[in-house]
Amino acid sequence: MTLSVPVIELTGVRKGFGPVEVLKGVDFSAYAGQVTALVGDNGAGKSTLIKGLAGVQPYDEGLVRFAGQQVELNSPLAASHYGIEVVYQDLALCENLDIVQNMFLGKEELKLGTLNEPAMELQATKALQSLSVKTVKSVRQKVSSLSGGQRQTVAIARSVLREAKLVILDEPTAALGVAQTEQVLNLVKRLASNGVAVIIISHNISDVFKIADQISVLYLGRMVANLNTKQTNYDEVIAYITGARSQEGVR
Amino acid sequence: MTIETSLASGNEGNVRDQGKAYISRIKGGEMGSLPGLLGIVVLTIVFQILSPFFITKLNFTNLFVQAAELMMLSAALVFVILLAEIDLAAGVTAGVSMAIFVELIQARNWNWIPALVVAFIAGIAIGAFIGFMVAKIGVPSFVVTLAFFLGFQGMQLVLLGEGGVYRIEVPAFLAIMNNNLPTWGGWVMLIVCAVVSFAISIWDRRRRSSTNLINKPFAIVLMKLSALLVIGAGSVYYMNLNRSQGPIPIQGVPIVIPITIVILAIGTFVLDRTRFGRHLYAVGGNPEAARRAGIKVVAIRIYAFIICSFLAVVSGVFHASRIGSVDGSAGRTIVLSGVAAAVVGGVSLFGGRGRLSHAVVGSIVISMIDNGLGLLQMRAGVSFLVQGGVLLLAATIDALARRRGGVVSR
Repeated sequence: MTLSVPVIELTGVRKGFGPVEVLKGVDFSAYAGQVTALVGDNGAGKSTLIKGLAGVQPYDEGLVRFAGQQVELNSPLAASHYGIEVVYQDLALCENLDIVQNMFLGKEELKLGTLNEPAMELQATKALQSLSVKTVKSVRQKVSSLSGGQRQTVAIARSVLREAKLVILDEPTAALGVAQTEQVLNLVKRLASNGVAVIIISHNISDVFKIADQISVLYLGRMVANLNTKQTNYDEVIAYITGARSQEGVR
Repeated sequence: MTIETSLASGNEGNVRDQGKAYISRIKGGEMGSLPGLLGIVVLTIVFQILSPFFITKLNFTNLFVQAAELMMLSAALVFVILLAEIDLAAGVTAGVSMAIFVELIQARNWNWIPALVVAFIAGIAIGAFIGFMVAKIGVPSFVVTLAFFLGFQGMQLVLLGEGGVYRIEVPAFLAIMNNNLPTWGGWVMLIVCAVVSFAISIWDRRRRSSTNLINKPFAIVLMKLSALLVIGAGSVYYMNLNRSQGPIPIQGVPIVIPITIVILAIGTFVLDRTRFGRHLYAVGGNPEAARRAGIKVVAIRIYAFIICSFLAVVSGVFHASRIGSVDGSAGRTIVLSGVAAAVVGGVSLFGGRGRLSHAVVGSIVISMIDNGLGLLQMRAGVSFLVQGGVLLLAATIDALARRRGGVVSR
């Protein structure tokens, strides 16, 4: 696969909270059609890095390029303007609404001032179909009646609907059982194969090896390794995560 | 690569499949107003056996007139209960607005129409202030509205004086609750309801089929329409009979009924078919998810309290029109019945689930208990005991349905 311009490219990103410097000059990039795993121990700065991309907590310093253009991600609105969607761990779905209603929440389509339900239902169905979702019984099911994996599916499909260029998934399989984890991982792969750049945060290294093309390891606020999944192994990744191994000047 | 898979929309299958799906939704806890409707049937049978006066021409019509105030107040409360909030001041908000109304027409000789406009503006202002305190400042709605509940009882007494009762002598105002449509008017009302409801169904179906989506079997539309026509025609026919016990005939559908239908239809339209309604349910279901989806949660909350106070004033108008006067204690007790009616009808106190039609069913149940036990010459205490029991039962059903993971919002 030829890697042209990364969808998102961070250079020398820094972020501190008072005297504590959480990100100490991080370089990071993610490419269209690829799954990039972001791993690291608790406190390594994964969440801070993600919140910067989401525009929730802008970085203090550093360069952000989106599809080659330098951009400022200083608000969630700016991030979503560029097509950056974050699926948080708690998913943020309304259980009392159905799948279609949740997927269009805040971005409802109107016709003559009233909700255009048929158009929304059609698009939601298409978005779910593009991810080959089969586990959902009906698109008009209430979210309260869905399993954890199905809810994750809805949250991911919402980003497809919004034509995201970059989807960031925060621990998407943390609360799921074996079968459901498998389903969600397949979903993530298909999302990437549709041409989206996917960043996935995970603590589960064997999951990471199943789906990621690239593995980026954060250790105490520094990017210590950018590894190609095919050219590395479990032990090497663990060694970088725990700080047993460090590599100067990795890109 | 994408694989085409078919996803259902819940509209597939024939009438029998739809019936099965409905039953499985009920089993899953999505009962809606079904317990309330069963309550109406049971109460009708029980009271009809116990009292010869229950289903009579006079009492049937009276029941609906009495229920109208409660229905409107309960519908008002639905807007805030959907947000898992409460407005204990809804009744006294109506009381204060009516006190302002009667003060303007009596003491200051205003025309009744501008006076009524001012009363509604007062209601809207009260709702906006309560909403501001709850949504912006963050005081729990229970406390804010309890404060208003106490404070406004004082304001009513200040406006009207201790023990003050002001008669309203405006024929058009009194007509709302005390006069009836001509007999043909009732039939026109029914036909308009049927045509509008049928037209909306057809319109929805055409929109779906033009988007290549599956519609429910047409037979279901016809079944709903015939149910509306049968129940509606029976009620209009019964109300059109002369129910007078004196020489002057009293017949026709009370004027308050079409007014109530129009207001509830507009409210239902807003909740089901507008972006505001969708956002209201979303905030009630998960405020954090709503906020992240870009919904202006604070504004939605304030609007809900404004709508609640506005409809509460409508309920106050009904009350003042029925008894023909305004006194210093109006609206104190009705608010708790209003909450009870909403919950009995199937509105969830946990927020996010409920419809205006639930408030209608619930207020008919509560009014039937009140009316039926009154006919049996039970003491007022018994009625409150029974109403309390029914509320407890309904709240228990709500909590159990919620635990089962069922959702009743549509």
